[in-house]
Amino acid sequence: MNSAFALGSLVLRNRVLVASGTFGYGNELAPYTALDAIGGIVTKSVSMLPRQGNAPRRIVETASGMLNSIGLANVGLDAFISTKLPFLRTVDTAIIVNIAASSVEEYTAVLERLEMEEGIDAYEINVSCPNVKDGGLSFGTKREATAAITRDLRPRTRKPLIIKLTPNVTRVSDFAAACEDEGADAVSLINTLVGMAVDVRTRAPKLSTITGGLSGPAIKPVALAKVFEVSKAVRIPIIGIGGIMTWEDAIEFLLVGASAVQVGTASFRDPDAAAKIATGMDAYCEREGVADMQDLVGGLRIPQNVTAPGLVASR
Amino acid sequence: MTAYNTDYPVISVRPVADETFALRFHAPELSAALRPGQFLNILTSELYDPLLRRPYSISNVIGEECEIIFTIVGKGTALLAEKRSGDTIGVLGPLGNTFGYEKDFGTAIIVAGGIGVAPFPFLVRELQRREKSIHTFLGARNAGRVVRDGLAGLHIATDDGSEGYHGTAVACLDAFLGTHEPDRPRIFACGPNLMLRATQELAARRGIACELSLESEMACGVGICQGCPIERTEGERKYALVCTDGPCFDSRDIIFHEHHHA
Ligand SMILES: Cc1cc2nc3c(=O)[nH]c(=O)nc-3n(C[C@H](O)[C@H](O)[C@H](O)COP(=O)(O)OP(=O)(O)OC[C@H]3O[C@@H](n4cnc5c(N)ncnc54)[C@H](O)[C@@H]3O)c2cc1C
Ligand SMILES: Cc1cc2nc3c(=O)[nH]c(=O)nc-3n(C[C@H](O)[C@H](O)[C@H](O)COP(=O)(O)O)c2cc1C
Ligand code: FES
Repeated sequence: MNSAFALGSLVLRNRVLVASGTFGYGNELAPYTALDAIGGIVTKSVSMLPRQGNAPRRIVETASGMLNSIGLANVGLDAFISTKLPFLRTVDTAIIVNIAASSVEEYTAVLERLEMEEGIDAYEINVSCPNVKDGGLSFGTKREATAAITRDLRPRTRKPLIIKLTPNVTRVSDFAAACEDEGADAVSLINTLVGMAVDVRTRAPKLSTITGGLSGPAIKPVALAKVFEVSKAVRIPIIGIGGIMTWEDAIEFLLVGASAVQVGTASFRDPDAAAKIATGMDAYCEREGVADMQDLVGGLRIPQNVTAPGLVASR
Repeated sequence: MTAYNTDYPVISVRPVADETFALRFHAPELSAALRPGQFLNILTSELYDPLLRRPYSISNVIGEECEIIFTIVGKGTALLAEKRSGDTIGVLGPLGNTFGYEKDFGTAIIVAGGIGVAPFPFLVRELQRREKSIHTFLGARNAGRVVRDGLAGLHIATDDGSEGYHGTAVACLDAFLGTHEPDRPRIFACGPNLMLRATQELAARRGIACELSLESEMACGVGICQGCPIERTEGERKYALVCTDGPCFDSRDIIFHEHHHA
């Protein structure tokens, strides 16, 4: 059984990656899981300068999910290169650096600096963080801005370029199509959904930034529908993200059109979750007689003449 | 680094005060690796409710067995209280730093509020091995909530005066220090943030070295999610992480804000 995933010029061992911001820089969870059992590590978002992040409180648990308002707290580009990358280079799995920025120029500068370093296999461009005032969502919710970033970055690297999309727009497939048109190798979705929680005792929002990003099992149905929608609009691979806790969840994403998945919040419950999901997917394929996992991608069995009324029409 | 993510067999869950339980589980390697002040990130449910693990101080280590103590305040603790011998419990740890029990001091002054008493039986054992004198100022809502197992040099304070000093543990300590002069004291405090803030203020006013064991919402417990910041008084980084830089902090190094008392 072949579970490898071809992403542009890169071949990943399998189709399970770990999502940005939920697996640090690899070293933190190395004592708890076999890093070479997963297809790739997507790093915490890296920005040009270190970011201190938002004031507490940054986390609220909600029904089958969690809200976060971290605000892209990260060590910054220089410290990433000097203190985090050396460990990542030693790990036998694909290393995908996630980049966050507040202007096209900053995305460019970070990517060009990273291009000088060994040991990076691909980039994921975060245009979809809901928890920062500058950048993030302000790019990801404007189709032209998402296209402009992709257009600017594309000629600057031969490595696979993944654009990470937000579900907080009317029609995410338009954004995915724009990324494809501008030469992105893949799109990943979904980043977190904007949400909030209120303390009835104090009548104040629970998060310091009022709203935050919802993740976890609560968002999986939304994420599946978004991936399904995008799969009707683009030919480039889709990396499905959102509430994946088990191998069954991951197979669902493949069936609706994702070529690979990222595991996020699940790693907080179990640092070994992504590795277990990869093993479970392999076992499913063996049992079902699937020779190549690629055969599952988009393999949703829809009864004839049935369409999804909830799906906004694609281009 | 020795670190474990393991399902351990539960040995017992026994009541130790009103609404408060001690849960003991068998974990040979983990128990040998744990030090006072550290914590464990514990799965309370096989389902996704609660979704996230809950952090608990290691309360004591007895041979190959570990004990945590908790008060029922919500879903996670209600589920922990229902565990029985023969069940298993998913534990990630050891996590966080330790109390500075190996530092140079003569008298340990422990200040504990409510379930903040949790980390102290283990600390007391290590202090006793080092022949430190110990005074423990234990604050509880009422007499029924007092957890005294494994402590030493007890001074009890209750909010309603049903046992011991009528008032807070910090006020009780302040009164004590008005009439006693302990030899080279060092304060170890754990409890609600209002109590920690009062302890921080007392330590500064009286010039006593002081460590605070903090709480915060946590998701990962290992420094990944950045969900557990506490503001630092100085330094390049504005925030420290409670899970990896703490949970024990020098009281001069951190700043409490209003939201901490909500
Ligand atoms: C480093 C660290 C060590 C800790 N050690 C212990 C320990 O040894 N023993 C222990 O019992 N707890 C400890 N806690 C707190 C513990 O992690 C949980 O937050 C607590 O047990 C509540 O979990 P729950 O699922 O029952 O409540 P939830 O369902 O999460 O919350 C229910 C309600 O209780 C409130 N609440 C949450 N936590 C507390 C609290 N600590 N006190 C009062 N109300 C609260 C919430 O605001 C909410 O309204 C520690 C926390 C940290 C960060
Ligand atoms: C605590 C936390 C921090 C995150 N940080 C980032 C980040 O820095 N960059 C990013 O692109 N996505 C970030 N995300 C979003 C995740 O990568 C993922 O898209 C989202 O959580 C949905 O997946 P999940 O439901 O499996 O967690 C973060 C999510 C969480 C919960
Ligand atoms: S709990 Fe995740 S960084 Fe502290």
